[in-house]
Amino acid sequence: MLLVLLDHDRGVLDPTSLQALTAALALDADVDVLLVGAAGHHVVPELAAYGAGTVHVAVADSLTDYAPVAAARAVLDLVDRLSPTAVLATGTPRGNEVLAHVAAFLDLPMAADCVSVTPGVGGHDVVRNRWGGNLLETARVHADLLLATFAPHAVRAEQADGTTTVVEFAVPLSEADTAVRVLDRVGEGAVGVGLAEARVIVSGGRGVGGPEGFGVLEDLAELLDGAIGCSRVVTSNGWRPHNEQVGQTGTKVAPDLYIACGISGATQHIAGCRTSKTIIAINTDKDAPIMGYAHYAVIGDLHTILPALVAATRAAKE
Amino acid sequence: MNIAVCAKRVPLSGGRWVLTPDGTEIDTSGAAMGFTVSPHEECAAEAAVQLVEQFGGSSTVISLGTSEAEEQVRGLLAVGVDRGVIVETDGREWDPQATAAALADQVRIGTPDGAYDLVILGTEAADTAGYQVGIRMAHALGWPVLTNVKGLSITDGVARCERAVGSHREVYEVTLPAVITVKDGINIPRYPSVPGRIKARKKPVDVVPGERPEPLLEKVRLELAAEDQRSAEILGTGVEAVPALVEIFKNIGVI
Ligand SMILES: Cc1cc2nc3c(=O)[nH]c(=O)nc-3n(C[C@H](O)[C@H](O)[C@H](O)COP(=O)(O)OP(=O)(O)OC[C@H]3O[C@@H](n4cnc5c(N)ncnc54)[C@H](O)[C@@H]3O)c2cc1C
Ligand SMILES: Nc1ncnc2c1ncn2[C@@H]1O[C@H](COP(=O)(O)O)[C@@H](O)[C@H]1O
Repeated sequence: MLLVLLDHDRGVLDPTSLQALTAALALDADVDVLLVGAAGHHVVPELAAYGAGTVHVAVADSLTDYAPVAAARAVLDLVDRLSPTAVLATGTPRGNEVLAHVAAFLDLPMAADCVSVTPGVGGHDVVRNRWGGNLLETARVHADLLLATFAPHAVRAEQADGTTTVVEFAVPLSEADTAVRVLDRVGEGAVGVGLAEARVIVSGGRGVGGPEGFGVLEDLAELLDGAIGCSRVVTSNGWRPHNEQVGQTGTKVAPDLYIACGISGATQHIAGCRTSKTIIAINTDKDAPIMGYAHYAVIGDLHTILPALVAATRAAKE
Repeated sequence: MNIAVCAKRVPLSGGRWVLTPDGTEIDTSGAAMGFTVSPHEECAAEAAVQLVEQFGGSSTVISLGTSEAEEQVRGLLAVGVDRGVIVETDGREWDPQATAAALADQVRIGTPDGAYDLVILGTEAADTAGYQVGIRMAHALGWPVLTNVKGLSITDGVARCERAVGSHREVYEVTLPAVITVKDGINIPRYPSVPGRIKARKKPVDVVPGERPEPLLEKVRLELAAEDQRSAEILGTGVEAVPALVEIFKNIGVI
């Protein structure tokens, strides 16, 4: 039996949770799901459509919002009672965080960000992302109980039949278990939400030369109904805010069109945009690494090409 | 306030990764190959330097790696960290459990200025991305921990932390001593100044031996991600290529 910890925020399911459920059901027909917090009840119908069998909902009076150690306690409680062969979670910040607490409590290894998981007897095989997915590592997990998280978007969520049963249980918590918890929610997120959802991204790197240089990128983005992205050189110079950074330590995007202007194409940048449907590079250097990732390229100075492209695009739209 | 920053020396290539013939390591012999630390960890060091500027005390960078990690340790001393500790390895990888145990041992030892109040790490390492060393250290030390932190301020021994979730930020409070793992974007790390680099040469860096246990998360082999072996179609040079670009915009339906 596999236990799968799914991520919801106040009763709104993280979309990668359904992927994790599909991935787990592909490994074993016998999958139990854990949702932490009473608000978890809200997502049960959605999970039922994706083939969830038994869904455990962990509740406690002190569990009013996300609290990582409390969530780990709920996992430990089920591990004790159900003796699963693996605890799997979706590889969101919360999924990785809670499972790492479980691993620390049990002093067991944990494999994060796995694109494939093969539970075994006395040991397990996983394939996991390194360097933001530019490298894949095949690894052996030496433990009876496998603890692993799934890389987001490694599989597509698929609807499935089944009978869903909900079991609510009270998880005993000490004060320390909820000492670190969400206390409040404020303002704007730092994740580039606009960026992650944009169909077109006009992205600038060091070649843009400074904050003023982004004006013409903004004009093009507006004409194409797109968003602005950038490289880390741009954010570390303070030219643009960090929520526009694309890459391994920025936002991962997959738009229909990604236009990389004055971006060399370091693997850590590519890690954030490699799955874009079409990549266009505008670069003075015909040998820049970006040429190995882009579908199309224009060689030359972005400061002359982009104004002409803006004018021509505007004309074409009229 | 005495702060430890944990940072890891990792390879950085100008272009694509090349693996060793047996497929177990990144080939670091190429001319274009350099070494660095993750942006998350640069931000961790910047956060520590800012907090010491605000509260006094000292900051220490702790790195588990070969003696060559001194290059990255000195790099962080150049931006204002006060001293360094290298837990020296023979170059083979340590798994996250072993890494966390060895780093926690160094935190327990403390600094010449007294015990540590705070440990700041990256949320995930640049290369292995295990997402766990900070949490394991906190368990070993019996301290609270929060990961993925993108906003940090400390008042009266309590760290107010923010992290981004979708379109908003969550607020947490963590009582020191604590472990916090941060993300790129929490601050803009300063560049090393020339005087900073000169001072860094004289700052103390201790080297202590590390004893590698057998990994429980054991790397078997590496491979390059399958996709993107493209060669871009060059549409032209300069503005002469603009009509071809507009044609592509039309073909893929963005205008
Ligand atoms: C662990 C780790 C994580 C990282 N995460 C990220 C990340 O999330 N995102 C990210 O972007 N980087 C990341 N980096 C940094 C990355 O390695 C590169 O340093 C960075 O992406 C380079 O940015 P760039 O392409 O803008 O600059 P450069 O590499 O300096 O390239 C500038 C390019 O602009 C071209 N150019 C110059 N002038 C012009 C002009 N007038 N017209 C047209 N082209 C011109 C040049 O030919 C060159 O190709 C990370 C690094 C590490 C170690
Ligand atoms: N060898 C190491 N030396 C120093 N710090 C490390 C080392 N490995 C990991 N860390 C720290 O732990 C963080 C998370 O690592 P990980 O859990 O392995 O992804 C990194 O961002 C570093 O701050």
